Amino acid sequence: MTAPTTATQQDVAAYALRLGDDALVLGQRLCEWAARSPQIEEDVALLNLALDHLGAARSLLTHAGVLLGPGADGVVRSEDDLAYLRDEGDWTNALVMELDGGDFGQTMARQLLVAAYQLPLWQALASSEDAEIAGVAGKAVKEVAYHLDHARSWVVRLGDGTAESHRRVQAGLDEVWPYAFELFERDALTERLLAAGVAADPGLLEPQWRATVEDVLAEATLTVPETTWRPTGGRTGAHTTGFGYLLAELQHLHRSHPGATW
Amino acid sequence: MTGSTAAGSHGAVPVTGGPVTGAPVSGVPVSGTPSDERGARRSQPLWEVFVRSRRGLSHTHVGSLHAPDAHMALRNARDVYTRREEGVSIWVVPAAEVVASSPDEKDAFFDPAGDKAYRHPTFYDVPEGLTHL
Repeated sequence: MTAPTTATQQDVAAYALRLGDDALVLGQRLCEWAARSPQIEEDVALLNLALDHLGAARSLLTHAGVLLGPGADGVVRSEDDLAYLRDEGDWTNALVMELDGGDFGQTMARQLLVAAYQLPLWQALASSEDAEIAGVAGKAVKEVAYHLDHARSWVVRLGDGTAESHRRVQAGLDEVWPYAFELFERDALTERLLAAGVAADPGLLEPQWRATVEDVLAEATLTVPETTWRPTGGRTGAHTTGFGYLLAELQHLHRSHPGATW
Repeated sequence: MTGSTAAGSHGAVPVTGGPVTGAPVSGVPVSGTPSDERGARRSQPLWEVFVRSRRGLSHTHVGSLHAPDAHMALRNARDVYTRREEGVSIWVVPAAEVVASSPDEKDAFFDPAGDKAYRHPTFYDVPEGLTHL
């Protein structure tokens, strides 16, 4: 593709980039558990989840690159260009994906909040007017259904487990909770793409998300946090401090040795 | 020989007396009263995993894993043993519930079958035209 792309294509590219950035960044965070999980079986489980996200990210970033069209040098940006050569301000993932630190309980709390959002998201996007996004969504629905099952199992197990596991997963949930609401924000881009039948309606996703999450939290004997603080900014490139370190680890090899393969 | 279980990731390990098959965890006695290691593992007991690779075939033993209960064992088995489309169905069985033959009884159990070639169906001629055999 060498011709400049249309405004709608630019919109779809930006939307695909949001979805792809969400997947890639969460996948990267999950990879950090490699060899650090409570048990070796969980190591494999978390990396399976990460690989699912990575697979979705690859398709979405490739799609975004094509839709964005050729850059100033006349070359279309590849998935690697977008993953490894964008600076912090150009990333549009939601902040909840990039939150760093925390123990296994906090990781499982985030997994629950994200999977409970992504399941209805991908279900809605499976009928997107954009064939590529619909294709990714159709595959991701099955994957994220398992992610939700996995997260539910652990959150219930930890929440309704020992006093210590309950305390830690509740603390993790309290930490992650305020960040979840950025996922349901509407802006000019989602409005235009809703009209075009490309995007999922964030306003419709939130009640489904809340029903799922509250169901699990009740079973887990956990308390729904009451905080009304709603941090935001990821979609416009304003990220948390820890995100820079994530990018450093993600991008270092490619930037130091451009085109390295093995 | 009073009993065996399949505890031990390398196969059957007798729990009382008898030689040990497979590699025991270093320094851990495999007979007599449960050791501290065994005690610690009790919250994460061993499960044997069986996978059916496709419809019409039997479930086949593929390995074992530790998990706190059946629910988690099944999910761990999914993640560890079916990552490459190996299966359409999984069984997990508590290894302690598997009753295994003892190496002590190998001669009595298996040697008598060694010289009874007539038990193989090689002496029957298959009638011409017979299908679905």
